Amino acid sequence: MSNLFEFACRMGDNSLVLGHRVSEWCGVAPVLEEDIALANIALDLIGQTQLWLGLAAEIEGSDRDADALAFRRDVWDFRNLLLVEQPNRDFGHTMMRQFLFDAWHFEMLGALKGSDHTQISAIAEKSLKEVTYHLERSTDTVIALGDGTEESHNRMQNALDRLWPYVGEMFLNDDCDHIDTSSLRPAFDARLADVLGQATLVQPDSTFTHKGGKTGARHTEALGHMLAVMQSLPRAYPDAKW
Amino acid sequence: MYAQMVKSTGQGVKSLDEMDPQERAFQERINAGDKIEPKDWMPAGYRKTLIRQIGQHAHSEIVGQLPEGNWITRAPTLERKAILLAKVQDEAGHGLYLYCAAETLGVTRDELTEMLLDGRMKYSSIFNYPTLTWADMGAVGWLVDGAAIMNQVPLQRTSYGPYARAMVRICKEESFHQRQGFDIMMKMANGTTAQKRMAQDALNRFWGPSLMMFGPSDGDSVHSAQSMAWKIKMNGNDELRQLFVDQTAPQAEYLGLTIPDETLNWNDEKGGYDFAQPDWDEFFDVLKGNGPEAANRMEARNKAWDDGAWVRDGMMAHADKKRAAKLAAE
Ligand SMILES: [Fe+2]
Ligand SMILES: [Fe+2]
Ligand SMILES: [Fe+2]
Repeated sequence: MSNLFEFACRMGDNSLVLGHRVSEWCGVAPVLEEDIALANIALDLIGQTQLWLGLAAEIEGSDRDADALAFRRDVWDFRNLLLVEQPNRDFGHTMMRQFLFDAWHFEMLGALKGSDHTQISAIAEKSLKEVTYHLERSTDTVIALGDGTEESHNRMQNALDRLWPYVGEMFLNDDCDHIDTSSLRPAFDARLADVLGQATLVQPDSTFTHKGGKTGARHTEALGHMLAVMQSLPRAYPDAKW
Repeated sequence: MYAQMVKSTGQGVKSLDEMDPQERAFQERINAGDKIEPKDWMPAGYRKTLIRQIGQHAHSEIVGQLPEGNWITRAPTLERKAILLAKVQDEAGHGLYLYCAAETLGVTRDELTEMLLDGRMKYSSIFNYPTLTWADMGAVGWLVDGAAIMNQVPLQRTSYGPYARAMVRICKEESFHQRQGFDIMMKMANGTTAQKRMAQDALNRFWGPSLMMFGPSDGDSVHSAQSMAWKIKMNGNDELRQLFVDQTAPQAEYLGLTIPDETLNWNDEKGGYDFAQPDWDEFFDVLKGNGPEAANRMEARNKAWDDGAWVRDGMMAHADKKRAAKLAAE
């Protein structure tokens, strides 16, 4: 598989898996405004998936299209970060996961915008507009709930502690990454320190990180269940067009 | 409809001569096609009936997210997933506009929500039915949004300004939903044997419940008569049901699907279809809370509300802190 194909799958699978997770909130968010905002974020991410996986399919040049990549690959062929496949648990985990990913995604797309690969640069530029808004929103939510009531504070701290071991993978770098992802860390860390400070949350000390999502070497158990649901129709009716 | 069997004051419609001068002036404005605005005087019964009707309509949009949300995580292509997400997001938006319209009448969104959650207020019977296959996403858009449009288009001319304006925004999106639903049905009806079977099965299950959306025959219901005099109900239930059947029967034929009614037949004399009434016993069972998914719908909404309490409290607490800090800085 070419490095570029691998990279487009990484980007597309991140937005697909996170978009799917966020869409699980449909109709059951804490307030109506959140229902609307979460649907909007999921919608943006699914739109970005179409672009990245469309590019991956084009690079591959066989008979698979974006839908075939999304709905006919199994767990070991997914290339998303472990962070985005983590289950929703509660609204606090969902928004903390969103903030951590958005803060990385924002830097990542900003760097990709400067790529000399015209399609990558164009997708990054379009996505960056959407992700700028996602980041604004998840930042505000993390600050508000971190600095809200005792209960909301504790829940947000728990979410951060629980998700922290999945942060490091975003900055691991290999030949398939179109840019040096480790170079994004200083800007990410600076933003994190600022936001967590306002949210009165404490950044965990540990530097341990789980890995294996973006390489596909070892996903968490959660991804298989997600795919079982997500891919059920195309798998059960392989000849059907929808 | 989304607001079914809404009881108005129920004393029968007064003639202009029987009204006191204030009420008479109000009725004359309505007769002249004026819009009533939140600050205007209005009879207590008008206000109360509107709160019930708009509230029930808003709740229907909210609960209506659930049967379609049931398939968002299983949408079979990226495009279908995006379209369905956008649709369900629209429905949440409709709920929001309608709650805002209701709030202009002096009730809060939280009060209305509490009334939904403890069963004092209802939502449309249709959302108590399950969505069992992907074809149901087609049937819901085609039939359920289609039936909703029948009643909501005339409501754009309703006498209460904020309600009428909410309807204008909503109707634009509803007709888009109906087209999308029909598009899914086309794909299914022209698809594999299994897909055709899903499409016919969806029509079989949603036909009767869709006819029920218009409510039982108004007959000589005093509630309907009063609501029509106030122009918060624009058409009779049977009249809208007939329009719906007349519009839908040729569409089903075009799809190559069979409406589950052997008596369905074009009647040249009346210029419309003859058709069988849906099972009204089932309808009243559903209204009593015995819909096939009723308990699950209410459980899901109650759980969302209860689980979300810490989030709402946290947001409020933070907003209060920010306000206090800003005051202290001034
Ligand atoms: Fe709606
Ligand atoms: Fe609707
Ligand atoms: Fe709709």
